[in-house]
Amino acid sequence: MSTDITTSQRPTPPSYEVPKVYRYGALIVGFFALVIFPLVFNNPTISTIGVFAMIFLMAVTGWNIFSGYTGYIALGHAVFFGIGQYATAMLSSYWHINPGMWTFVLIPVSMILAGIAAIPIGFMILRVRKHTFIVLTIALMFIFQLFAYNLRSWTGGSQGLEVGQPGWDGSVFNLPYYYVGLFVAIIAIITSFMIRRSKFGLSLLAIRDDEDRARSLGINTTRSKLIAFIISAVFLGAAGCIYAMFVGSVYPQFSFDPAFDLELSIMAFAGGLGTILGPSLGALIISAAQQYFLISFGGANVFLIVYGALFIVILRLLPGGVVPAISDKWRSHVVRKEQRKLDAEIQGPAEGGAKK
Amino acid sequence: MLVLQAIIEGVLVGGFYALMAAGLTLVFGVMDIVNFAIGALIVLGAYLSYSVCNHLHIDPFLSLLITTPLMTGLGMFIYVFLIKPIKTNRVVMSLLTMFAVATLIEGILDICYNSGFVQIHASYINNSLKIGKLNFPLIYVLSFLLSVFLLGCLFLITYRTKFGRSLRASMQNPVAARLVGIDTDRVSMITLGIGIGLAAIGGMVFGTTNAFNASSSYDIISRLLVIVILGGFGSVGGALVSAIFMLVIQDVVAVVWSPVWGSTTFYMILILVLLVRPQGLFGKKGVRAQ
Repeated sequence: MSTDITTSQRPTPPSYEVPKVYRYGALIVGFFALVIFPLVFNNPTISTIGVFAMIFLMAVTGWNIFSGYTGYIALGHAVFFGIGQYATAMLSSYWHINPGMWTFVLIPVSMILAGIAAIPIGFMILRVRKHTFIVLTIALMFIFQLFAYNLRSWTGGSQGLEVGQPGWDGSVFNLPYYYVGLFVAIIAIITSFMIRRSKFGLSLLAIRDDEDRARSLGINTTRSKLIAFIISAVFLGAAGCIYAMFVGSVYPQFSFDPAFDLELSIMAFAGGLGTILGPSLGALIISAAQQYFLISFGGANVFLIVYGALFIVILRLLPGGVVPAISDKWRSHVVRKEQRKLDAEIQGPAEGGAKK
Repeated sequence: MLVLQAIIEGVLVGGFYALMAAGLTLVFGVMDIVNFAIGALIVLGAYLSYSVCNHLHIDPFLSLLITTPLMTGLGMFIYVFLIKPIKTNRVVMSLLTMFAVATLIEGILDICYNSGFVQIHASYINNSLKIGKLNFPLIYVLSFLLSVFLLGCLFLITYRTKFGRSLRASMQNPVAARLVGIDTDRVSMITLGIGIGLAAIGGMVFGTTNAFNASSSYDIISRLLVIVILGGFGSVGGALVSAIFMLVIQDVVAVVWSPVWGSTTFYMILILVLLVRPQGLFGKKGVRAQ
């Protein structure tokens, strides 16, 4: 067997990306796992965890469309989450919607309302960058929280609002929420995928890398940022709607919750900020872990400690997130394989020659 | 008369916020990190003072001699073990790390002290100072004087000592500072120590003037961030002016209109100002460049 390789016979350089077979395989396996999950584990406690995971799945995917792609870390998306919740609570009593399947009609309505609210908010806050942007989004969230407290005749103030719960049987109660949540979350992921593959998505990534240069290349950065902001707000509105329906009550301090924003960013960071599926993976793992801790440790305080410690560990061990870590591992695996092949080629003719 | 009273009270409380905001803005200026944990650390300082006062039966102001070194040490510890190892995407990663620290502290405090509201006690806490028809709680006046004194010290350290010179150099240009032989790591460590040591003092002031529990931190942190942003990130003078400005406006609105709208106005001003001046009142233009 000839081991002599000339330049013309050199194989094409290997792709450093994880092969498509594995990627799509994992995607399909994950999809079916999510579809059959509540049928396999029909224990209500576990399917409740599943519903919260779906809500966070769509919320994080939506958040990632803006913050992950443009690099603007928004810590005020609870505004749209809360708008979705309050819209659901107010409209379901205003339109006298009987609790049941019809309540899900409010999802598109909440999405539209959150999107409309995002237009003026986006105009206001997208004028600033970096830290100022982060803090401004936090301030904005507190403004909305205070409005929810103060506009008592509409929002009920600190008393909160009730959303009617349908009288479904306990064993199947969670299923409609779960599947509707999964459906919206998949729409969010497909949207995220299409944006990432489009020219619009490239303009967002250009903003993340260097906004001034992107502008000088003729990208209308303000418009791109605003559109991404609105799209992400729409999915947060949907998440808020399902959350309000599922939990059954709306309070200012839980609708406009600073911890919610940080949870979103933790999930996105743990999974891989700015990747398509990373945030989803982070959402599934962390929200499930979070609900599990909350249930098994009972008191909120132990849960806070576990959560904080876990978060520090994640930031230390996987600063880039899970998905980038996997592709890094794969790349070094490919490189090592190549290296071994080259070594074998060099040492081959020398009859297993001296090792270095 | 009520308005005048509100204005003076705003100034007195503003002194405390100015001190905290100065710590925050210094930390930001040197390390480019937003110390999101400052709210939880202030509450931690308040609880430490509370425990020390209860166990040793000493004056809250004396308890600072114990709590401040402790908190300064904690700050240095946080820098060495949590902030320094961050290599990439420093701004966001440090903010999230600080949030994790805040969550951890909140959880621990919640376990140690339950979640009932407490307040630090001293014999003179309900006394007040009368000037003409105006009436001021003595504790506000004392904490204002303490804040002013400490701000003076901070000013002297920053502008009159060798450490202050290296601190300002690290703020202006960290790379050049390292080139001329300044150990920016050490400066950062000490600055975070000072910033968190100030939180011990702020905690004592906060704990004597307010009833608090472990989750009071969100209210403090949101206000402080608004003040720092309004003043312009990295500008100590801006933080002072905007702290007093904001607190006065909030108190006046609370008196003239309604207390519930006082804090809403607080946040609305920030948005209005930033629409006109995105870099804050005293921020440098450079803040906008990425």
